[in-house]
Amino acid sequence: MQALRESSNELRKPEFRLGDNGQCLYLKGDWTLQTDCPAFDELRVALENTAPAKLTCDTSELGQWDSVLAAFLLMAHGYAKQSGIEINLQSIPEGAQRLLELATAVEAHQRPAPAVKKLAERLDPRTAFTAFRNNVEEHLAFIGEASVALAKFVAGRANTRREDLLKFIYDAGPDALGIITLTSFLVGMILAYLGAAQLAQFGAQLYVADLVTIGMLREMGALMVAVVMAGRTGAAYAAQLGTMQTNEEIDAIVTLGISPMEFLVLPRMIALVLIMPLLVLYANVIGILGGAIVAAGMEVSLMQFYQEFKKVLAFHHLGVGLVKGLLFGILIAIAGCRAGIHCGRNSAAVGQAATNAVVTSIVYLIVADALVNILLQKLGI
Amino acid sequence: MSERPVHIHVEQLTMAYGSRLIQENLTFDIYRGDVFIIMGGSGCGKSTLLKHMIGLFPPAHGDIFYEGASFQQADAAEQFQMRRNWGITYQTGGLFSAMTLGQNVALPLQQYTNLPPNEIVDLVAYKLALVGLGGYEAYYPSELSGGMQKRAGLARAIALDPEILFFDEPSAGLDPISSQLLDELILEMQDSLGATVVIVTHELASIFSIASNSVFLDAETKTMIDYGDPRVLRENSKHEKVRRFLARGGQPKNGDIA
Repeated sequence: MQALRESSNELRKPEFRLGDNGQCLYLKGDWTLQTDCPAFDELRVALENTAPAKLTCDTSELGQWDSVLAAFLLMAHGYAKQSGIEINLQSIPEGAQRLLELATAVEAHQRPAPAVKKLAERLDPRTAFTAFRNNVEEHLAFIGEASVALAKFVAGRANTRREDLLKFIYDAGPDALGIITLTSFLVGMILAYLGAAQLAQFGAQLYVADLVTIGMLREMGALMVAVVMAGRTGAAYAAQLGTMQTNEEIDAIVTLGISPMEFLVLPRMIALVLIMPLLVLYANVIGILGGAIVAAGMEVSLMQFYQEFKKVLAFHHLGVGLVKGLLFGILIAIAGCRAGIHCGRNSAAVGQAATNAVVTSIVYLIVADALVNILLQKLGI
Repeated sequence: MSERPVHIHVEQLTMAYGSRLIQENLTFDIYRGDVFIIMGGSGCGKSTLLKHMIGLFPPAHGDIFYEGASFQQADAAEQFQMRRNWGITYQTGGLFSAMTLGQNVALPLQQYTNLPPNEIVDLVAYKLALVGLGGYEAYYPSELSGGMQKRAGLARAIALDPEILFFDEPSAGLDPISSQLLDELILEMQDSLGATVVIVTHELASIFSIASNSVFLDAETKTMIDYGDPRVLRENSKHEKVRRFLARGGQPKNGDIA
């Protein structure tokens, strides 16, 4: 290999041939990463055809060489051993011999064959059902553990650090205001546009105010905040906890006798639950403002909008949104923290955990929202 | 040693993170075929020096030359060519956890050569066999022990038959026997590849068994306080700190005497 670096003349084409009744491997030319070397498969075919009892090597015409040659000879060595050919590589360059010795010093590891599942087994609805049931059980177990931790927290016996809680409140609250402002303002405008176009057909543009107010308070305020927080905070929780799992930090916490539920999950969950209703309130204000501005452009003056808004504003509309916000906060925290805690132990798994957190959160949100709406309908609120 | 050509030349190097000075005024040579040790106490900037040498951090002042060419001043194409001649292992392995060992070792070959896939497979098998991991192609790094991960990192580092091998704490976290085997493997690689080896370590056993030259970085004065063969430095260094570091014996007397 030294030779390769000293003379950088033109490289000769690397070739091999089997001579002496297939018993001698003649190597010719420069066998380096830069030249187009023959693959071992070609030699394997040649050896299968001639099937010699023994094999020696002639390297008198060999020029420069590097790992490519060593890899080629290692394959040849392995093939010869496997098919009972007596191989003698005494004549190859000394450096290559030493490398081959090193490479063959340890027997190659045989990986145990992975159990291949049969197609019928994989398509069996029972396995799918079992997987689904395990998944649901795992979620319920997590929720149960979180509830126990929460009860301990309320009783003042949980191992939760105050500064963690404050940090998570800051991360979830003030830090999120910018994006919440943007999205809720636009959602308010969208609601107003949507309503104004339809209501104008009956000459009832005025009722845009009702639509925007009730729409934001009861539904869109909470849902939009929840979707943004699922992507922003839920995914962050999953990534944080997943990284801690990968770094064995969670192992360290457990072996210190601290419950990761109380120490890691609880501050995140409480922070989100406290902050979500406040964010929903803020989003409502901004959204209605956005709606009012659009309405003003559609011949509903700000004063008219305000009068109509006052008429329709009722505590129960506001309450529905806030309760939804609270519920969504719990769901996002559960989805995010569960994905993080159950994360695998490598960097790819952290990414999967974050994705999992967002997808689960959004499914939770929509299902919960539908259930709450059905319930409210029945109760007539 | 000086009849061999200089391979890496560090000139007036100053390293800093923002305004925090790590080391200044480092000037030394690494000769072709050296096994060069960067040593010093914890936190003196050994790994930082290595990261400067592999071009990850730009120097605050000074420069590093490889056969007379500066990496910092080279354009992107030249940097690409220079990197091709380097093999690097990282302190915590640096193996791509989402890829199998085979894919890890194949990546530099795919990046820098035009070899067909079946030849890359053969080369990967050979490189893994060299470090005693033949047959482990389909394993993910997380399925292996720490020592095996270190050796897999070595297999990836030597994938392209590099001219310079950089090792950051190769034996950290290994038992003495694995650590010794790894040292022997590094020497064997260095010998058969004819490469220059730069190692960051504070393992005395490694230092004395493999080093041919070294530099000692001091955390207090923030510069190099000695340079030379560690076996010579152990007996003859002007600095008591260096002699004590290498002899490991001496009780610290009345605090630290530089």
